[in-house]
Parts: sequence; structure tokens; C-alpha cells
Amino acid sequence: MADPMRIRAKMAGDKIDVRILMSHPMESGLRKDGDGNVVPASYIVKVSATWQGKEVLAADWGPSVSKNPYLAFRFKGAAKGDTLTITWTDSDGDSRTDEAVIA
Amino acid sequence: MNRRLQKLRQTVGMLLLAGATSAAAQSATEAAIAEYHEMFGDENPAELWEIRGADIWLQKRGPLKADLTGCDLGLGAGVIAGAYAQLPRWFEDTQRVQDLETRLVTCITTLQGFSEEEVLAVKFGDGAKKSDLEALSAYVAAASKGMAIALPMQHPAEQSAYALGKDMFYYRAGPHDFSCATCHGESDKRIRLQALPNLTVSAGAQHAYTHWPTYRISQGELRTIEWRLQDCLRQQRMPQLKFGSAVAIGLTMFLAKTAEGGVMAAPSIRR
Repeated sequence: MADPMRIRAKMAGDKIDVRILMSHPMESGLRKDGDGNVVPASYIVKVSATWQGKEVLAADWGPSVSKNPYLAFRFKGAAKGDTLTITWTDSDGDSRTDEAVIA
Repeated sequence: MNRRLQKLRQTVGMLLLAGATSAAAQSATEAAIAEYHEMFGDENPAELWEIRGADIWLQKRGPLKADLTGCDLGLGAGVIAGAYAQLPRWFEDTQRVQDLETRLVTCITTLQGFSEEEVLAVKFGDGAKKSDLEALSAYVAAASKGMAIALPMQHPAEQSAYALGKDMFYYRAGPHDFSCATCHGESDKRIRLQALPNLTVSAGAQHAYTHWPTYRISQGELRTIEWRLQDCLRQQRMPQLKFGSAVAIGLTMFLAKTAEGGVMAAPSIRR
């Protein structure tokens, strides 16, 4: 099972400043291990952020995003105390969902 | 005569300028690296290891179905606050000087019943192959953030570990006739653009030691001081450093003692 994300969501004026750290190897499928065997590709293909059932961010990712990706974005409309849900899905079909309360 | 003097002045001026520019370029590079680190701010991926470490610490695992809250890291069972700032130290139960990683191995084997081979199967993580020891080290080290390094150094075995580490630090060997001191024995040296800390003086050792474990951006992994030391010896073309060996603990002891009084800032983020 995938490891939890580290999500910070903070009010910054009328916007919400969201910063997410995801734990993922993000293997491109081009790397070889110590024995010369190709390390199979495994990377996040979709990231989605929802607030009150509404998607506020959707991202299509590929193999060029770094290991343990960091994603920051801002959106408008939510208030302190609201819950923000982040989900990623990777090329193996695994996914992970975590929640954060806006501070 | 006048003209020659003028020319000489010009040349000297240009030389001075050249010196100033290269010094400026050097500090500009260091400033750019510092800015790069600052951009990460408190968003250090090392936190992912801390979270995982905290989780492993509390999970009931192994044949004995126990968690690690009974683990004594030197300050009593289950006390992790400040423990890392006082390691390596002598442990009565194992009758040896241990650093954080070897002590964690002791706890996992005695409390949870795993075999040593099982614990040491993944010493250093690589992508999907994760090391529990690195995660636990990050978690325990984080509980010493802001605390000054203060080693007990009472037991004769602790003093001899320090002496062994010091000998090793200055021991020249291998195909390059290298020692740790070859690179880390003088202040204000660098290798290419990388500043080399002088690990024989307090300021240099503090600068280095207080930041480990650290998230290495170039590897995308969290690394401990055990990893750093075995990689140093690899770079010196020395025989492979054995995990948790007397030499590994001795070198850690020598660095920690030299860095004494330094304020722990680990887990940090490094290039």
C-alpha cells in the first residue's frame, strides 16, 4: 500500500494555499538497476483535488515528473475548516487518497 | 616610463578584477544553491520518511507482535525526545557502544522478534524498495530538532570508540592513499563547486553532522550518517564499511564529539 501524502492547506487572503508532498518512486521505465535489468515503469498518471464534491484541480502526469513529487496550487472559494481531498492514481492502477482540513 | 607605469596599473587592476569576479561567481553559486534550498522551505520530502517512521514505531509487528514504544535509545524506554543528540553511547544491555541505527536494530530484534538479517535486508532504500531503518531514523532524529549535541562520554568504551574513529579519520590507505582528512582536514576548501567542511574543527563538524539524516535531492532518498560514511569510504576506494561496525560507530562518535554543542537540524534537505 502506498504511503500517506503530506498535505498542507492554508488560507492566504481570499485564496487557499495548498502544498502536497506525495510518496512515489515515479519510475520512468527507462532506468536500469544494478544488475542491468530495466526497472518497470510506475508513475502517477492522475492527480485530483476535490472540495465539497467539486474538483478544484485535475492533473495528468507522466514519467517525467520527479520522485516524491511536490505539488503546490491555489484556489478560491473554500473557507477555514473545510476539508480538501487529494487523490492520485498511478500507472499500475494503485491509488491513494488523503484529506486535509484547511487552516 | 609614465606609459609603462600606466600599463602596469591597468594589468594589476585587471588581475584584481578577475580575482574579485571569481570570488563573486563562487558566492553567487552558493547563494543560488541556498535559494534553491529555501524554495523547498518547510516542504522537505524527509517528512514522508518521518510519517512512515512514526507509523512503524507504533505498529505492532513481528513474531512477538510488539510496537517499538518500549525501545530504549539511551534516555529510558520509549523516550525519543533528545535521544539522537546523545548518540552514539554505551548501552549496558548489549555491552557495546551503539549509534542510532544499530540501537534500532537491537530494539527491533529484541522487542519484535525479527532476525537481524530481516532487519538489515534493506539497509538503504531505493525507490519502491524502502528501508524501515531510514524511516525510523528520520522519525527519531526529528525528535532532537533544536537540541544541542551532548554525548555522555563517561564509559571507557565510548572514549575508545572516539579514539578509534579519530584514528580512522586520519588513516591513509587504499589505491589513492586517501584518508577522510585529505578532503575534510582544512577549512575553506572545495571540490569543484562543492564546499568541503573541515570536520576536524567544531564549526565544520557542526555544519555537517547536525544536518543528518538528510533528504538527498540527487537520489530522491533519505540518507543517514551510516550511509554517508560508507559512501565516503567508497569514494576513498577503501574496503566496504560494514554496517554498524566498530569503525562506523567510531567515525560517527568522532564526528558527533567534534560537533558537540551544535544544534540538531535533521532531517534536512541537501543537494
